[in-house]
Amino acid sequence: MDLQEAKDKVVEDFSMFDEWLDKYEYLIGLGKELEEYPEEARTEDRLIKGCQSRVWLDSEKREGRLFFKADSDAIITKGIISLLISVYSGRTPEEIAGDDFAFLDEIGLKENLSPTRAGGLVSMIETLKRTAEEAR
Amino acid sequence: MDKGKIRRMFPALGVKVYGRDLVYLDNAATSQRPQSVVDKWVQMSTETNANIHRAVHALSVKATEEYEAAREAVREFIGAADRSEVIFTSGTTASINLVAFSFGERFVGEGDEIVVTEEEHHSNIVPWQMLCSRKKAVLKVVKVTDDGYLDLKHLESLLSERTKIVAVAHVSNVLGIVNPVKDIIGICHAKGVPVLVDGAQGIVHCGVNVQDLDCDFYAFSGHKIYAATGTGVLYGKKKWLDEMPPYMGGGEMIETVTFEGTTYAKSPQKFEAGTQNIAGAPTLIPALETARILKETEDDSVLKYVLDALMKDGRISLYGVPRGTKDKVPVFSFSVNGAHHEDLALILDKMGIAVRSGQMCAEPLMDRFGVTGMLRASFAPYNTLEEARYFVKSLDRAINMLV
Repeated sequence: MDLQEAKDKVVEDFSMFDEWLDKYEYLIGLGKELEEYPEEARTEDRLIKGCQSRVWLDSEKREGRLFFKADSDAIITKGIISLLISVYSGRTPEEIAGDDFAFLDEIGLKENLSPTRAGGLVSMIETLKRTAEEAR
Repeated sequence: MDKGKIRRMFPALGVKVYGRDLVYLDNAATSQRPQSVVDKWVQMSTETNANIHRAVHALSVKATEEYEAAREAVREFIGAADRSEVIFTSGTTASINLVAFSFGERFVGEGDEIVVTEEEHHSNIVPWQMLCSRKKAVLKVVKVTDDGYLDLKHLESLLSERTKIVAVAHVSNVLGIVNPVKDIIGICHAKGVPVLVDGAQGIVHCGVNVQDLDCDFYAFSGHKIYAATGTGVLYGKKKWLDEMPPYMGGGEMIETVTFEGTTYAKSPQKFEAGTQNIAGAPTLIPALETARILKETEDDSVLKYVLDALMKDGRISLYGVPRGTKDKVPVFSFSVNGAHHEDLALILDKMGIAVRSGQMCAEPLMDRFGVTGMLRASFAPYNTLEEARYFVKSLDRAINMLV
């Protein structure tokens, strides 16, 4: 699945739900499915600044592509980072750095999170982009 | 007055969020405002707007009368002996900073000690830390017990000849436990130590009579007791206020100004430099009247219902467990085993319930209980038993989604 297809799939998945509670349940599910985060990567420098709950993001470059792992102590936040990883993990740094992340507006994620949480989402996006820039 | 009629006094209580009736349980952060407060603000802005205490023209005289009538309303509400002991500030934070600065300038020196408690809001900690670093004084901290009570024996042991002031919450914004401030003041006064009471929460649920309490300072915010934001009060005993230097210099607070030197006005003007909150302060008149009505009609049915529901739920750890219901106001902070407070707040929000999650500006208290944050539901007298039931039911649903 290329990047556009992955984003389209998320938009389609979200469109199945009318209620935001259902969307949260979906995110909670994604959070629970997230691959276990390595204990040794639970470090201060991998914490994403600007989130109210703690979010760790670890990245690795293999064969020109970036692979991400993440964790959070709050499950909805974990679901959000899990969603981001499902779309962006395994892409090239150029793809990630050059992306507009507009599909997140399309599913209404940003405006439906509390202001502090939306700030956290913005921080997550910035961290992904910065990581990609640095890996170029 | 019945609850329906009371609720209709507050336009914001009729708001809908996500198509649901708003259940506003973040009253410890700020209360909603009654229409009478909004009307007062509008009246001050549209009919009576002029700067106070300065001009002889009709509008200024009227505005000054309203502003001073608010001072009298506060004096009466808190039972102060004299209006000069009531200083208007921008809120509790400003009130405490004023004391920490002015009292500190006059009475605190190197090696002196200030006593606060583990359960204080940051605004009753940081101003004292700043004073201590300015004066090379030492901050001492009274411990909180596991059930959320102040350890009075510990307090007593901390008092020394170097203790200059004790600053303590009337009611903690997290624990909701009513502190025995009268006993605390008795203990401190017996050793000649004055006491500042942070009344931000206490003024709403307990009320206060500062003469009966015999506190030296009492600080509270207008916006938590239905008045406009940016209003606040510092009560101080005349004997202290007379001795304390001004906090800020500027207009209004002077007697005479020359480049050789300036003499200051008496309290309260001494502590009210610059243009005051002309439209805001008078809203304390209808706000305190509302508080009186609400307090008369408040019963403990919501407190008892929520307390019982949270206590008997094995998944929930409540912080601030009262030894008797009289010790507790309806401010409930808790954590849920296996569910993050932020997730819970986010889900409750979508159910129309406004609660607070996080550290509640009391990081040392979070550390005390070994948590990164809590969930807090804080009720006002206008909240109903139906809302309390809906909250408990919704909380259960939210927990089941997460755990």
